[in-house]
Amino acid sequence: MTDQLPEPLHARPVPRPGRWVSAVVVLVLVAMAVNALVTNPNFRWDTVWLYLRDVVVVRGVAWTLVLTFGSMAIAIVLAVLLAVMRRSDNPVMRAVSWFWIWFFRGTPIYTQLVFWGLLSVLYPRLSLGVPFGPEFWTFTTQDVITAFWAALLGLALNESAYLAEIVRAGLSSVDPGQAEAAKALGMKDGKILRRIVLPQAMRVIVPPTGNETISMLKTTSLVLAVPFTLELTYATNAIGNRTFQPIPLLIVAALWYLLITSLLMVGQHYLERYYGRGFDGGRTGRGGRGPRGGRRRPRKQDLIGASGTTKDDPFLEVTP
Amino acid sequence: MTAPANDPATDTTAPAPMVEVRGVHKVFGRGHDAVHVLKGIDLDVARGSVTVVLGPSGSGKSTLLRCVNELEEITAGAIHVDGDLMGYRRDAKGVLHRLHPKVIAEQRSRIGMVFQRFHLFPHKTALENVMEAPVQVRGLSKADARRRALELLERVGLSDRVEHYPAQLSGGQQQRVAIARALAMDPELMLFDEPTSALDPELVGEVLAVMQDLARSGMTMIVVTHEIGFAREVADHVVFMDDGVIVEEGRPGDVLDNPAEPRLRDFLAHVL
Repeated sequence: MTDQLPEPLHARPVPRPGRWVSAVVVLVLVAMAVNALVTNPNFRWDTVWLYLRDVVVVRGVAWTLVLTFGSMAIAIVLAVLLAVMRRSDNPVMRAVSWFWIWFFRGTPIYTQLVFWGLLSVLYPRLSLGVPFGPEFWTFTTQDVITAFWAALLGLALNESAYLAEIVRAGLSSVDPGQAEAAKALGMKDGKILRRIVLPQAMRVIVPPTGNETISMLKTTSLVLAVPFTLELTYATNAIGNRTFQPIPLLIVAALWYLLITSLLMVGQHYLERYYGRGFDGGRTGRGGRGPRGGRRRPRKQDLIGASGTTKDDPFLEVTP
Repeated sequence: MTAPANDPATDTTAPAPMVEVRGVHKVFGRGHDAVHVLKGIDLDVARGSVTVVLGPSGSGKSTLLRCVNELEEITAGAIHVDGDLMGYRRDAKGVLHRLHPKVIAEQRSRIGMVFQRFHLFPHKTALENVMEAPVQVRGLSKADARRRALELLERVGLSDRVEHYPAQLSGGQQQRVAIARALAMDPELMLFDEPTSALDPELVGEVLAVMQDLARSGMTMIVVTHEIGFAREVADHVVFMDDGVIVEEGRPGDVLDNPAEPRLRDFLAHVL
């Protein structure tokens, strides 16, 4: 560098005794909490360690994961459908979507799960056919809607209503000029949604959806309402009640939930980075896809931008 | 060939114009909220010519441009591009039918449009922006689309920026990518909606140079702009609009140097 950099100023920092005092107070409180956890024999950490690897518990973890990811997958598909219906020109579509969201957000998930469990009482037989007309295909409800499917559908339908609102917010966050530019290129509506609008909406959709997934992980413990009894909370509770050691088994469940949540957070981080590509100025999302040969923007410009003193929106109305 | 004296309806020797706008009205909203933006526009754009549309804000210039490629539905009148009625079909009995969105999309794909605010796809690189429509609309293979996109990006002087995302490009570079993106569909007509109005002054020149180059290559262009210098140098025909009507039109020399209308004189005094 040919530029002669000036010697930076040397000044004494402002004394901040409050920082030291507050740090010490908090550290003492933390030490007290750790002490309470480790030294109290009633926690029975040996039992925790034993049951953490118990086959029933691990199977419970597996079922919890199946319920979480299964219901989220169904819910995401339904949510995109509902959000698109909500924005449709067709008033029937808009009304149905509105009603669905109103109903499934407006009733407790517990009530909905009990209802799905009781479906076979309400409709012992289900059939496919013309409404009020002939039936083409009939089956016994209990054979098809087992406790597992009732739990999965119950969770998915409830979640779809919440996710639909998230997707709708994401779709509205995309500049209408994007769809217009795609239209001007001759792209059709379906393609514009899939290739242009949704990928950009994902930047807004992913963070709250990650939140919902983590929330769903714990909501699966409510499926005992169906009743579905193989997932983690029910499995650990049952062991706890049987062995008269409820607290260690609650800890077992909590540790597993924490572990899975941590993994989900890592996944969310990478998803956010992928869908943020092209939006964060300098950095590119996918490794190796950036331009070869280093910097894309003069470093100076980056620093000026980072100082936050410039206008963020280069598109402010210009009157020539 | 753009002299207004030649009425294309009677003059059989003149080739059919690329764009024929006849009696076009556009009303936004209904009832008391209705806004009459275009009030009977007639305009011919000859093949291979450059028409520059001038006018104050709110005069309806951009709306006219957006009607030509069906981004707005016209309220009355008719627009023909290359002999095709835009957005509608008249059957044997003379009854008008709205075209299926699929057909309208096909009509649009033959008209390139460049926007004031670029509207590049921010999640795609410059190269991917240019490749998108040829692959998704025309069904070109990725390899062919890529080859063509690289050619076009070279033509607008951005060979060294193909892997950049729009956020990593300056306004002038973004607008040049947007021009390449429109050209990738091999349009027979290019519409420019204030292409330099959102740019810093020092970046205007590079975009105008690309447009001038395009005009020289024989592209039919309609350009809404405030760049009087560009109009004088490149335009074959200049149109001045105010309050939804064409107030004056003609050769750039006549219109810009000897404006007949006081409204145009007033406008030029403000812009120059």
